[in-house]
Amino acid sequence: MGELADLITRYHVLLAFWMTVRLTTISALGALIIGTIVAVCRVSPVGVLRWFGAAYVNVIRNTPLTLIVFFFAFGVLNTLSISLADPHSPTSIADNNFRWGVVALSVYHASFVAESLRSGVNTVPLGQAEAARAIGLSFVPSLTEVILPQAFRGAIAPLGNTLVALTKNSTVVSTIGVAEIAYQMKNMIEFSPHLLYAIFLLVAICFVVLTLPVGAFFTYLSRRVAVQR
Amino acid sequence: MTESNPADDLLPTPHTSVAVGEPLVVLTDVDKYFGDLHVLKNINLTVGRGEVVVVIGPSGSGKSTLCRSINRLETIQSGGIMIDGSPLPSEGKALARLRADVGMVFQQFNLFAHKTILENVTLGPVRVRRKSKQEARAHGMELLNRVGVGNQAEKYPAQLSGGQQQRVAIARALAMDPKVILFDEPTSALDPEMINEVLDVMIQLAQQGMTMIVVTHEMGFARTAADRVVFMADGEILEEAAPEAFFTSPTTARAKDFLSKILTH
Repeated sequence: MGELADLITRYHVLLAFWMTVRLTTISALGALIIGTIVAVCRVSPVGVLRWFGAAYVNVIRNTPLTLIVFFFAFGVLNTLSISLADPHSPTSIADNNFRWGVVALSVYHASFVAESLRSGVNTVPLGQAEAARAIGLSFVPSLTEVILPQAFRGAIAPLGNTLVALTKNSTVVSTIGVAEIAYQMKNMIEFSPHLLYAIFLLVAICFVVLTLPVGAFFTYLSRRVAVQR
Repeated sequence: MTESNPADDLLPTPHTSVAVGEPLVVLTDVDKYFGDLHVLKNINLTVGRGEVVVVIGPSGSGKSTLCRSINRLETIQSGGIMIDGSPLPSEGKALARLRADVGMVFQQFNLFAHKTILENVTLGPVRVRRKSKQEARAHGMELLNRVGVGNQAEKYPAQLSGGQQQRVAIARALAMDPKVILFDEPTSALDPEMINEVLDVMIQLAQQGMTMIVVTHEMGFARTAADRVVFMADGEILEEAAPEAFFTSPTTARAKDFLSKILTH
């Protein structure tokens, strides 16, 4: 037990845990914003936008997350040298890896958010949109005032699933050197293989601590804000 | 209903550009198809300002489609629709502006489920008419009181009875200060004991000079409030007459048959 506690301090497990939390929350926000835009495109009356929305979901959702992460890290950051961090900062490399990791996670999970929202839109009866149009609201205000608020409420449960998946998928960015939990897990195992099962348990607990309350909260929320019809 | 006072004025000052009796809604040679189905056949109909026109007919006769095409919730394939002197725009901001002037009351009420009763009534005035929130709330409360649901203002639609919801829907339409209100079978989804509270509000509106196009099966309402009855069957207008004339001496066989089926039970 003492040895494990030693590992936790030596490998900055708490810091790594905090990194996972940051990765997850920032990527979740990014995915929510991109996903909402894509979902709006998918239900818009403009053919080109609908096509774009469908293409985004179909391409991104069916591409492995690892590939998307590598694409941003090696294809965009290293090869095209598009930097998201101050090149003179001493933490420039780590910042870049983190930020492109967030971009990759956001872009990938946005496709799931968009599909959740689209299923939420489908829970809104057609009459709601007709009533919105009938009082003179044009497309954008009927979306923001009437359709989306109800769609989000109908999409809370699947959005919660996506957030849980995102939390765990954030481990993929350990492959580009972001020092989150899975990254430190690899290091710990490498240098203390005799503690293998204890390390697995430790990391598993870290994730359960994050995902269990999230799941419970979303279940509560989906009941709480459900639209009564 | 003790909550509502029929002596109250439901209507603000009319802002239409045509005088009472002048044509406000004009449909010319309107045709509509659903695929191969010809649902509106060469419809010609003129509704004057202040007029109450009741459209009746058997199910599937196209009367709801007719009603919905007047604010372009259904598109038509040929013919023209003019409202207050200008043709119905096909899309965009101009169409939204027109719809703001044409109230609509649906069979299923279609109140915004996530908004309170008062928010339902103020959304249009605030977002479309650009009124201040305060002004919209004051006017909204006034309208809700007049249709007898002022004490429900902070509730959500699902907490109200069907009859109350439909009266809110009428208040929502009135809040936009419309030139004409379309009623698409407003009492067909209501329990029998709630039909009258909605019809009372509609009769009041009719008496105060609102231009109304009402698709309904309520023959009593047609007799009491209509200036003209339009009888439709199979997508065509077969008869147009004053209610008394229509109900006592229909001219077409189709109308006679229809009336004999609904009036003899």
